[in-house]
Amino acid sequence: MELKDKLLSSFLAFEENVDMNSDIHEVRSQAIKDFEEMGFPTKKQEAWKYTSLSKVLKHDYTVFPKKEDTIEYRDVEKYFIDDIDTYKIVFIDGIYSSHLSATTHEKIDACLMSSALNSSKYKPIIDNYFNTVAPKESLTSLNTAFSREGAFINIPKNTMADKPIQVINFSTGNESALMVQPRNLVVVGENSHVQIIERHQSLTDHPVLTNSVTEIYADKRAIVDYYKIQNDNHSASLIDNTFIEQHRESICSVHTFSFGGNLTRNNLNFYQKGERIDSTLKGITVIGGKQHVDHNTLVHHIEPNCESHQDYKGVFAEASTGVFNGKIIVNKEAQKTNAFQSNNNILLDDKATINSKPQLEIFADDVKCSHGCTIGQLDDDALFYLRSRGIPLKEARALLMYAFANNVLESVKIPELKARITKIIAQKLGVNVGYSL
Amino acid sequence: MLKIKNLHAKVEGLKILKGINLEINAGEVHAIMGPNGSGKSTLSSVIAGKEEYEVTRGEIIFEGEELTEFDAEERAHKGVFLSFQYPVEIPGVTVTNFMRTVINANRKAKGLPDMPANEMLKKIREKSELLEIDRKFLSRSLNEGFSGGEKKRNEIFQMAMLEPKLSILDETDSGLDIDALRIVANGVNKLKRPDNATLVITHYQRLLDYIIPDFVHVMLDGKIVKSGGKELAYELEEKGYDWIKEEVGA
Repeated sequence: MELKDKLLSSFLAFEENVDMNSDIHEVRSQAIKDFEEMGFPTKKQEAWKYTSLSKVLKHDYTVFPKKEDTIEYRDVEKYFIDDIDTYKIVFIDGIYSSHLSATTHEKIDACLMSSALNSSKYKPIIDNYFNTVAPKESLTSLNTAFSREGAFINIPKNTMADKPIQVINFSTGNESALMVQPRNLVVVGENSHVQIIERHQSLTDHPVLTNSVTEIYADKRAIVDYYKIQNDNHSASLIDNTFIEQHRESICSVHTFSFGGNLTRNNLNFYQKGERIDSTLKGITVIGGKQHVDHNTLVHHIEPNCESHQDYKGVFAEASTGVFNGKIIVNKEAQKTNAFQSNNNILLDDKATINSKPQLEIFADDVKCSHGCTIGQLDDDALFYLRSRGIPLKEARALLMYAFANNVLESVKIPELKARITKIIAQKLGVNVGYSL
Repeated sequence: MLKIKNLHAKVEGLKILKGINLEINAGEVHAIMGPNGSGKSTLSSVIAGKEEYEVTRGEIIFEGEELTEFDAEERAHKGVFLSFQYPVEIPGVTVTNFMRTVINANRKAKGLPDMPANEMLKKIREKSELLEIDRKFLSRSLNEGFSGGEKKRNEIFQMAMLEPKLSILDETDSGLDIDALRIVANGVNKLKRPDNATLVITHYQRLLDYIIPDFVHVMLDGKIVKSGGKELAYELEEKGYDWIKEEVGA
């Protein structure tokens, strides 16, 4: 059976299994209809021209894991940023793992979507924000239809989350192929601040397909720093749909570090619904083999006097492929917009490919928009400089690639995370840096 | 220390070096002067091992070994150092961390363990004082946003840290004001020892007021056409290169 049919026919069972009387029953029912109509995206669609899901969709995925599994902390310790104190919301095969998690309801809520969906306490938040930021798109609708579990993060106004929150999704391989659809909601009140680190990690060589949706609502003057570590093993594919609605004077950033996985697609949309908003989208991609990473970004400038900064760097080895598709829309009313976009890539091998496509739709006349894209090899003069100092070729290349990606790391505000990313990059580049850069 | 015999080299198919002969012994300072395009910088890059430059004939013998057999990094390990005319910017890697990487890469090549941190810091402090480099400078990204003078000073700082046998200074005086020139030259002079040698490549005689050469060579169209003592530099400064062209019939 095709995956689409399988999902459609599973929907009834899913709804019975959860709660037919749930407040979001209507939302789910509408969403499955939308998905049925739209189906999975194909390469015929402009936004999917360079990324084909057909291979990924061929596996016979289990869409509901049959049993709960447990993992010992020591076996997965390395996937946590554990040298700082954090809240942790951890899922195994889509099911909440209480023993790996450290949630809270003190001052802030860092807990489960399932409990938020079923509690009268959170009803106003679910009513106001759930599925309000996410647009009607096939994969997002599919996720909405099956939305049941994920992270629920609620920061009331005038509150600074006292530590970062880690959201980690493990998959175990109990099923021969598994599809999971985490659904996260992050609501950050006026003048509040939160830092979130998200990771999807497969612990098996079986195929795993994750179709994740994260909605982030940033109220006036809120500050949200969101970090995505995508370093999954080669049999795991990820479709990450993240939607951010920002209000007056809020500052939001999303850093996406893509080092692993089979196919990774990032749909990252920012909607600026107020004045003097600042949005930052940054990413580092370092991949090889036949890996594929696609960054599909949208920044929609709706109100005047706002800024957006996009900076994506990619290093592509062997036969890996990258896509950068960055769209900026500036509405007629959004005068004095400053929108910057840059996408720089290094191709290390002849078979590596990058498709980079900026799209600017500007309807206002008093704006500053810039975009730039470069594709190149490592600079021979720079390599010679390093080698003439006695640094061997391999390390010299790594050092240059590190330098190339560096300015994206500069803006990571959690030092321990920055150190971890640096280490992953060093490992990816196949060198033991052996000193702190 | 260095014996270059009948060296020919091509860059992108173009013949640039057309039979260079040069011998440098330990304890000596040599200067190569010549107009733009004469091949001076090519010669320095060829000695240091730039891959894009193809040696078509001749040999470069350094301490009894044929250098062209070795990669750039191996030549560095053997004690060849090139101070670049245009040093490369490496954002995100501080001067200190770069120095640490470089020193340890050279130690590793000699089978030595990493230099202990305290020893490293002591050495960095000592050598940075020699070049009047302040502490803030050391935590800046290598060459990024450096002025011309800072870049050149940083090159000589690296030379001081590495203590090479043969130092080649490629147009080290270009872009330097008189104070920076004095500091750089002073650093070079203090590093001079009976067991090392320096090759200064320059367009102008100015630098040679500070770094006094034992021998001056004039390069024209890929060849060394005249050699002499330091007085040759003054003569060139006064009369230009045309009289030599006439003398050698070029």
